[in-house]
Amino acid sequence: MNRRAGSVMRLATPVKAWTQRFALLFLAGVAVALMLLDKADSVVVERARRAVADAVAPILDAASRPVATFNEMVEQGGQLVSVAAENAELREQNERLRHWETVARRLEAENEALRSTLNLVPDPTLHYVTARVIADQGGAFVRSVLLNAGAREGVEPGQAALTGDGLAGRVAEVGNGTSRVLLVTDMNSRIPILVGDAQDRAMLVGDNTAEPHLRYLEPRVEVKPGDRVMTSGHGGVFPPGLPVGRVTSVDEEGIRVRPFVDWGHMQYLRLVDFELPGILRSFDGSESPGNGR
Amino acid sequence: MKQGVWHRLDIIARSLSPLAITLLLIMVGMVPLQVPKIAPVIPSVALIAVYYWAVHRPNLMTVWAIFLVGLFQDLLSGGHLGVGIMALLMVHVVIDTQRRIFARSSFQALWVLFAIVAAAALYLMWLLNCLLQGVFLEVQPVLFQYLTTVAAYPCLAWLFAQAQKAFLK
Repeated sequence: MNRRAGSVMRLATPVKAWTQRFALLFLAGVAVALMLLDKADSVVVERARRAVADAVAPILDAASRPVATFNEMVEQGGQLVSVAAENAELREQNERLRHWETVARRLEAENEALRSTLNLVPDPTLHYVTARVIADQGGAFVRSVLLNAGAREGVEPGQAALTGDGLAGRVAEVGNGTSRVLLVTDMNSRIPILVGDAQDRAMLVGDNTAEPHLRYLEPRVEVKPGDRVMTSGHGGVFPPGLPVGRVTSVDEEGIRVRPFVDWGHMQYLRLVDFELPGILRSFDGSESPGNGR
Repeated sequence: MKQGVWHRLDIIARSLSPLAITLLLIMVGMVPLQVPKIAPVIPSVALIAVYYWAVHRPNLMTVWAIFLVGLFQDLLSGGHLGVGIMALLMVHVVIDTQRRIFARSSFQALWVLFAIVAAAALYLMWLLNCLLQGVFLEVQPVLFQYLTTVAAYPCLAWLFAQAQKAFLK
């Protein structure tokens, strides 16, 4: 009996080791298959992503609230200290902005008049959905955030995500109650933009660093540090004229842009629904928008 | 007999605790802290967790559990699917084949070994991301993440040790 048990053990150990090794090989194979599947932009992968995001959203939502509150409290404490200095600064800024307001109003009136003489087609109206950032996928390879609004709230892939400062990114995936925003700094981010006073066309290409590149600029175009960068609206997905950032360096390596967005205080994002009638929608066969949602 | 069922459930729940803690920590690691510039350098919690449990309780962090952790992280982070899984499986292979070294090491030695294993894992992730992306990726963000991950190891290892004491005796 004893000897028999011993022989079973002698047999079982290598079998166990072998199955473990097999499991490892099998799982590594599955991982490679997943990589290829993901590379091929499979619907299954996207659906799985959405499902996971939707499933953990309540937990992330609950966890991110106290953190946000705490940060607000700390910030308020800090503001109390510098309230006098800030007040003076704001007064000065207010003066300046008043001046700008009169300028803007004059330009608006002039614009209106010129438009009416030209019979210009008006830009489509914008709808906004405001959502809270519930997860920040900190990592070396991805720059994206998860929001607590999804298809239920009218979020759609491709919409621009804004903070008060400027463009933060683009909606990449939409779940039922969550959506993922690919930030402009992500290596997969490509945004058509206009640069400088001359409004030259170019592409803002992320590379996972804090300052994305400016690419596909016409060869003779002069760009200097400090030039403003804004969305061009080419492609019809983003509204034109959204502030993006400022050119920081121009050298042989290329042109770098620092986005206006304050990444450290990105608690809420506004998603812009820019309904350009019948350009993108008509491709998927759905009805053209404009039903005044 | 009833007690037997409860007892067995208790054992299962306890043996699932490393996996549950790891998945929970991955989620906690993604909560936006709103601290400027910190998001890109958040330590890789999964790497630390898998390393710790694979060294201390390999029977509770099996290849299947590691695969699940990697899959969960890859899906939630929105990165290339499969890259995180591969890196974590590599950690498992290294620890499994060199078990004699890991089993005898002190805490400090384990930390040093982790620094080596993490470097290899992040390098593999960088390499796979480069391959899948078809371009050379910036090394700097990876380097930052490596440093924070190594720096965060003692803290998380202490946490895991407490959990090990509490749930696994």
